[in-house]
Amino acid sequence: MSLVFAGICSHAPGITGRAELADPALKESFHAAFRHMGDQLHAARPDALIVVGAEHFGNFFMNNMPAFAIGMSDQYEGPIEDPAWLKIERRSIAGNAALSKRLIVEVMNSVDVAYAEEWKFDHAISVPLHFLTPKYDIPVIPANINCQGPPLAPLHRAWAFGEALRRAADLVPERIAIVATGGISHWPATPDSGKINEAWDREFLQRWGRNDKAALLSYTDVETYRDGGQGGFEIRTFIALAAAAGGQGSVQYFKPIPIFAVSCTIGTMSIQCRTS
Amino acid sequence: MSLYGLQKFLYELNRNPRTQTRYQEERAALLQEYPLDEQERAAIDSGDIGLIYVLGANGQLLMHFAAFLGMPWPSYIQAMREGVVRYGPVRAGVYTMTLGLDEKVAGV
Repeated sequence: MSLVFAGICSHAPGITGRAELADPALKESFHAAFRHMGDQLHAARPDALIVVGAEHFGNFFMNNMPAFAIGMSDQYEGPIEDPAWLKIERRSIAGNAALSKRLIVEVMNSVDVAYAEEWKFDHAISVPLHFLTPKYDIPVIPANINCQGPPLAPLHRAWAFGEALRRAADLVPERIAIVATGGISHWPATPDSGKINEAWDREFLQRWGRNDKAALLSYTDVETYRDGGQGGFEIRTFIALAAAAGGQGSVQYFKPIPIFAVSCTIGTMSIQCRTS
Repeated sequence: MSLYGLQKFLYELNRNPRTQTRYQEERAALLQEYPLDEQERAAIDSGDIGLIYVLGANGQLLMHFAAFLGMPWPSYIQAMREGVVRYGPVRAGVYTMTLGLDEKVAGV
């Protein structure tokens, strides 16, 4: 087994970009939990970190939108957003093209994933890396699930993508970590930014924590849009992570912070073989 | 109505420094390259965030245009609200407004 760490985290740009507008103690409690997740990640001694994000037109547009994509480069750049806006300095980030290729070849046995030899990280990856690997000392393999431009892949395909990533990780000799990033309910980049359906979020995380596949896949996009907003479509990344890890999830931090536009969330999941 | 063209412009502006320079220096020529109707062209030309929001631009594209124009976050949020007041509900896409005009849930 070469998957050595699995976790989920929020990625909202406000977490860094609007940090000064948040209650300082509340902000620091979340940032500290984020950094602690980074400590756990490093303790697992991964050779590479797969970040399953839900990007926001940093790289992919509606002229040719992949349902799933994986980066295949030795070098990436991010954030693509104005560094002054996101408050994260732009820099290059090491990847591992050869490892990416081996992972992609295996994933393709069950999921028709797109590969990308160019990839500029947006906040879906840059915000988590800012806290998890502040020294940028773990090569990153970016992965993306289209959660922005409908039609979106159905949830069971997000699950299949997670399973495929797990099979691929188990086949390579390297120690692989995987982190999925996204929001649960949120209405970002609208006048409603800050609206959060906390009960819906908690219910989702309970399903995620017990890795209840049937319950996780039972949401329809109509229901998600109604209860979780357009940002809720990002549950796909957390679902893929559950499929990849196969164990039980532990939510280490959960707190709605409206100025950050989401229920700020940190979680890890145990790594187990699936029998079904 | 060419929402796709409007969003394509925002996508390229957000990620391409040369497009950003051209927006400042030769805006008319730049906008000629996109399939925009007159309302869309005028909205981009004048930086009418409220109208672009109502026309249905994806918020993940629009918020960076607002930042590019120098709008602080509270001003950007308020511009979308004022767009709804002036032009009516969002006409397309999934970035609709579901709260009342005075429900500032994040304090801005």
